[in-house]
Amino acid sequence: MIGVRKMNDNIDFKINGKPVSLSVDTDRMLLWVLRTELGLTGAKYGCGEGFCGTCTVLVDDEPVRSCQYPVKNVRGKDVLTIEGLASNGELHPLQKAFIKSNAMQCGFCTSGMILEAYSLLKKKARPTRPEIITALDDHLCRCSSYHRILQAVEAAAQEITQGGKR
Amino acid sequence: MRAFPLSRREFIKLLGGGIVIFFTPGDPWAMLQEAQRRGFDRGYPKDFNAYLRIAPDGKVSCFTGKTELGQGVQTSLAQILAEELDVSMESVDTIMGDTALCPWDMGTFGSRTIKYFGPALRQAAAEARAVLVELASEHLKIPVERLATRDGFVFDKKSPEVKVSYGDLAKGKIIERHLDPKPPVKPRTDYTISGQPFGRKDAVLKVTGKAEYAGDIRLPGMLYARILRPPAHGAKLKTIDLREAEKMAGVRIVRDGDLIAVLHSTPDVADVALSKIRAEFDGPTEIVNDETIYEHLVKVGPAGEVVEEKGDLEEGKKLSTKLFEETYFTPYVAHAPLEPHTAVAKIEGDRATVWASTQRPFGAQEEVAQALGLPLANVRVITPYVGGGFGGKNRNRQAVEAARLARLAGAPVQVAWSREEEFFYDTFQPAAVVKIISGLDGSNRLVLWDYVVFFGGERTSQPFYSIPHYRILSRGGWTRAAEGAHPFEVGAWRAPGSNTNTFARESHMDIMAARIGMDPVEFRLINLTDERMKRVLLAAAKKFGWSPAKAPSGRGFGVSCVNYLGTYVVTMAEVEADKKSGVVGVKRVVCAQDMGQVINPDGARSQMEGCITMGLGYCLSEEIHFKGGDIRDRNFDTYEIPRFSWLPKIETVLIDNPDFPAQGGGEPPIVNMGAVVANAVFDAIGVRLLRLPLTPARVLEALRKEKSTLANSWLAPRLS
Repeated sequence: MIGVRKMNDNIDFKINGKPVSLSVDTDRMLLWVLRTELGLTGAKYGCGEGFCGTCTVLVDDEPVRSCQYPVKNVRGKDVLTIEGLASNGELHPLQKAFIKSNAMQCGFCTSGMILEAYSLLKKKARPTRPEIITALDDHLCRCSSYHRILQAVEAAAQEITQGGKR
Repeated sequence: MRAFPLSRREFIKLLGGGIVIFFTPGDPWAMLQEAQRRGFDRGYPKDFNAYLRIAPDGKVSCFTGKTELGQGVQTSLAQILAEELDVSMESVDTIMGDTALCPWDMGTFGSRTIKYFGPALRQAAAEARAVLVELASEHLKIPVERLATRDGFVFDKKSPEVKVSYGDLAKGKIIERHLDPKPPVKPRTDYTISGQPFGRKDAVLKVTGKAEYAGDIRLPGMLYARILRPPAHGAKLKTIDLREAEKMAGVRIVRDGDLIAVLHSTPDVADVALSKIRAEFDGPTEIVNDETIYEHLVKVGPAGEVVEEKGDLEEGKKLSTKLFEETYFTPYVAHAPLEPHTAVAKIEGDRATVWASTQRPFGAQEEVAQALGLPLANVRVITPYVGGGFGGKNRNRQAVEAARLARLAGAPVQVAWSREEEFFYDTFQPAAVVKIISGLDGSNRLVLWDYVVFFGGERTSQPFYSIPHYRILSRGGWTRAAEGAHPFEVGAWRAPGSNTNTFARESHMDIMAARIGMDPVEFRLINLTDERMKRVLLAAAKKFGWSPAKAPSGRGFGVSCVNYLGTYVVTMAEVEADKKSGVVGVKRVVCAQDMGQVINPDGARSQMEGCITMGLGYCLSEEIHFKGGDIRDRNFDTYEIPRFSWLPKIETVLIDNPDFPAQGGGEPPIVNMGAVVANAVFDAIGVRLLRLPLTPARVLEALRKEKSTLANSWLAPRLS
């Protein structure tokens, strides 16, 4: 929640690899700037307090809850949203694995799940199942596709380490 | 988009020609209810309520008022259609939940889509195929008998290179057919698509962030609304000071009676503006809270209705050598879909278009039309992907709010509820009480079952055990219950009524088995004559590796059975219950399900896994705390739902029963979760909990009581 409404500020950062320059109130939360100013609606509002993980995006490869993360914190940084994960039309191995494992139902949590897992695999190429559970435990899936999400992350980790793609 | 009513001919022209097959899904209950409820014409061509179209480009589309909530019917319906029509899955589209394009449908709930809609769709596709073969016969000058279909083509069986595509046959034609007389459908043994595991048709959209939900709709000039809410249900607005909010640049405030909203071109600034409104409300006086509610419900329960009865309870009592009497309690439970209720409304002249996150687009259409005073035909509701429903999105309050605000603002308006609003206006699974008196004869056969459920509803209350003397009495249902029963709204929650009834029935079965010192599976088997249920129970026991023992055995094993609207489910679980902390951990769950013919085995298993895990929530942690109309749980910090670390090992068994018609699968496996875990906890540590959820505090209190007083002093709220 921002306090007194401030004047707009200029801010530059990279979004999905492309530079962007915005004039916004930089106390606004990143989630709303992404969804309203940049037309990137893959990050979702789920709870507004950082409990559910549907708004997760990556800032310099670190997962953040964008509903709690002021846009001023991304100045000069790289923001990755689900829309930027595929490269040159080729889905990322995590995206492919989620499809293959049927690791979603309603799909509302899917963006956050994939990005959190992406960040985990960057840090640890072959995490154990308990490590995946720990990394993803603050991401909620009401349809409860948890079981398949774990399978998908494991399959993607295997694919990435064998295929050499990160 | 032109408005209905249209003649069917106009309607087909509007679709752009091709071949159109109209059909009526044979859901007699829905059709009857609808016919009774409505005294007016909806304006659609009247004699069908779904149709499929083969377009000149060869694309096959099924138009249905059902919605995709995550349960996967967009995929399984496409499988049925592709199979029967002999086309690839890729060439099939399922167009869902658009009131202007799709014929009326009651709504997507009750695990009914495949069971009732599926057979009609299959029949329609068979008709379409027959039409195509006739057309091909004329086109190729080859008799119908010599023709066959494969992958979107009709070909000559003698020389398969002589063929014509469906698209070519549909070109330049406007052909309509009705399902009468009905052509034969494919024999099941010829299936290559139906019955096979298929990935979701929406998967690519969902992993790339492109799947569009109601909150992702962007319209030129659209404003985001935040609405002033009372602190508690029943609270009345006393004073309001809008001055600070009005000072904010770009903020508009609109008001229509109790509906007071701030509007802004960004949702977060609207939120700030809302926080600047100073409003005072008259608090309602607290009547009940989450502890006193059960006594209240029993007090206000209406005389009720007999759901089912057989024999004579007095006779059953006489035959009983042992009597068992117990009372069970289940709380209010939230739906908590990750996508809160959301809608976008646009009004142009006397026409409204609403994009809504809903399970009932046609219900939303009626409600919006009524609120705006528009004819039904002037309101179009479009259902984008829905981010979970579970029964909660049967209610469309947010769609009406968006429509009213769009009219007030003279601009398109999005209403996206916050998580707090989602909890506040949720139509919870109602709190309920079940009282059971049962009796066994000298050979431990059930001879008496006197069952009363207060406000839980009747679903799955009917016994499937063999009992000569029983009566099921339902005192207040799960739909909008009697005036004064609940301090807020209640409604359908995934498998309505059944989570309560099965928790009570299957806990009671185990209580009897334990008291007579019999293994709970064996006790069920000697009281079952339903061979189908026996088969499922034995399949579950085999997969689980159940060995007979009387409870409590210390192993932490539990069992529960249910017949949910024709789908039979037996669940077995292994738990660990920590006597020091009271924490229950579910280690392993085996779920065997007989749903008749299975359309998409992977989809069915996915629903089973989801139900099992979601069900752990209402079993272990989920309970709405409240004081009168003040809902105390407003987010996921205090209202805990299952997460990764709760995940048991899950094994699913689909019983092979392909000659039995396909039954529903979106709800049945959740129904056993309360009883199977409560029974396993008893088996582990010897305490019986009669009230859900099985929180650590309740487990500890049960252990303490068990130690200090009697072995059978179970934890329950006091009823006077």
